[in-house]
Amino acid sequence: MLKGDDMETAQATEPAVRLDRVEPAIADRSDPAAVAAVQVPPVFQVTGLSVTYGSHLALADVTMDIRSKAVTAFIGPSGCGKSTFIRCFNRLNDLIPSARVTGQVLYHEDDLYSPTVDPVEVRKLIGMVFQKPNPFPKSIYDNVAFGPRVLRRKDELDGRVEMALRRAALWDEVKDRLKTNALSLSGGQQQRLCIARCLAVEPDVILMDEPASALDPISTSAIEDLMHELKTDYTIVVVTHNMQQAARVAEMTAFFSVDVGEDGQRTGVLVEYDETQTIFTTPADPRTEGYVTGRFG
Amino acid sequence: MSTRDVELLRGDARPSLGSSGRRWGEDGIRALLLVCACVSVLTTLGIIIALVQPAIEFFREVNLIDFITGTRWAPLFKPSSFGVLPLISATLLLTFWAAVIFIPFGLGTAIFLSEYARPGVRRVLKPALEILAGIPTVVFGFFALVFFTPFLQDIGLGLETFNIVGAGVVIGVMLIPTVASISEDAMAAVPQDLRAGAYALGATRFHVATRVVVPSAFSGIIASYILAISRAIGETVIALIAAGTIARITFNPEEGAASMAAFIAATGVGDVPTGSIEYKTIFAVGLTLFVFTLVMNIFSTRLVRRYREVYE
Ligand SMILES: Nc1ncnc2c1ncn2[C@@H]1O[C@H](COP(=O)(O)OP(=O)(O)O)[C@@H](O)[C@H]1O
Ligand SMILES: [Mg+2]
Repeated sequence: MLKGDDMETAQATEPAVRLDRVEPAIADRSDPAAVAAVQVPPVFQVTGLSVTYGSHLALADVTMDIRSKAVTAFIGPSGCGKSTFIRCFNRLNDLIPSARVTGQVLYHEDDLYSPTVDPVEVRKLIGMVFQKPNPFPKSIYDNVAFGPRVLRRKDELDGRVEMALRRAALWDEVKDRLKTNALSLSGGQQQRLCIARCLAVEPDVILMDEPASALDPISTSAIEDLMHELKTDYTIVVVTHNMQQAARVAEMTAFFSVDVGEDGQRTGVLVEYDETQTIFTTPADPRTEGYVTGRFG
Repeated sequence: MSTRDVELLRGDARPSLGSSGRRWGEDGIRALLLVCACVSVLTTLGIIIALVQPAIEFFREVNLIDFITGTRWAPLFKPSSFGVLPLISATLLLTFWAAVIFIPFGLGTAIFLSEYARPGVRRVLKPALEILAGIPTVVFGFFALVFFTPFLQDIGLGLETFNIVGAGVVIGVMLIPTVASISEDAMAAVPQDLRAGAYALGATRFHVATRVVVPSAFSGIIASYILAISRAIGETVIALIAAGTIARITFNPEEGAASMAAFIAATGVGDVPTGSIEYKTIFAVGLTLFVFTLVMNIFSTRLVRRYREVYE
């Protein structure tokens, strides 16, 4: 497994070669910005992170960095702890009484799990989009305005709502019916509304847990386009079980798998973390190769 | 082709799709269940008939308009007067004071149980509420008369022994579990996704409770309030014991006044001769009370339907 530092060196010494080997699906990542991004300090540095639910060790000893202003994808079989892991970045596991997180997550330089950190403040900076679109049973406008209202940023509310909806590529579809109930939108529109709702808070990072897995192919590609759009301004972490999606949208990909202990306990582990193209073309670990080729073949 | 297929083709052994004889057990159970369902319907019909019959006779002797608009209720005095407004006003005042208690405390309890309480606290609080809900109303009535009213007098309020505020507040306390339990059920039905979505936007627990959970559970919360109001309107024993039997129009909560239900109970156990006009007043007031509750129920079904949120 490559650690962040090793990877940067590898990237710096032979970037051209890497990019030449890019598959057509990944080719649009050859822009220099993505390469330059490697030099920027990581947004998150995760060290020795484990999560237990009660006595069940669900995720063990994950160490990885999350690159700034790029898309990082988590892939792996279901139950390997991808959702559990992504929820560690915005302290959403705090809502699950049985969950216990150990290890360290640094956000820029700050320890997210230090006792002085307020999870509410964390979530203002680190937004999240869920697998199933979860708009509130309120109007479209009130959904997007929810964040600014609870954060008492009520100046220019109309402008904030419009901006967020525009960035989520939803404005043109809903601008004439902002007062209608959000549940009247299609699934794909609801998910873009949830993205708009998240953008209205002006976060730094957007976490997405299988944001397109409940959507039709057209909506899925709209969401993927959106990720491309947004990564110029936001750091994006996305869980997906769709490998083509990871290949299309992500600069970096982490492959997780499940270790089954003697007692039958299933524990998620990080198998391999690298440039997306490496994961898909020349993975270092046979388990990654098996999973990736299995899914593509 | 198997022999069975051949048989089928020939039509010899074609299986019958008709009933293989009447299932008597099935019919018997059906009849039994129908009887169960009919008991409540028939009882309701019986009550209406029993109410309406003497009430009609009452209104032969007393003008309906005088009854509805009259401000003096004195059926036992000479000259008698049958204005029901004093009873209605006392009923509504008791309901008002009850609502002042159960609206905030019932909802607050529900929010606490559903959004704030740790599992351990919940395990203690829920049974405690159920005990409160199981206390007979007569106990609440005496609690109001011998404990709560004297307590309010001790802290300097100039209450009469029988008074509206003491009775109303105790009715409100009695109804807290009803409101809390129905409202909490409605809140428990709010999908966890919505809470997670709100927390992920940087909402505090209070914001999640007040801006997501309560609005989403609004129809259930309203339903709990309406049920509690209906029960407060019909509450008899507490009103009788703690608010007294004097029929009068008063807006001073320190004074006592007889509600509709209290009047019916007091007169019903008294020795008014069957068939007399005093006897018939019971039914006229009973019918009025019935109309109130009916209107509340219709109102509540409308309101609940209107505010029902759809979670896909
Ligand atoms: N709220 C929870 N309570 C208890 N166990 C959980 C909870 N959420 C997830 N788990 C367990 O953690 C493991 C990883 O789950 P999850 O993170 O949802 O995996 P993935 O998203 O990769 O499918 C599973 O074994 C699951 O049963
Ligand atoms: Mg998951």
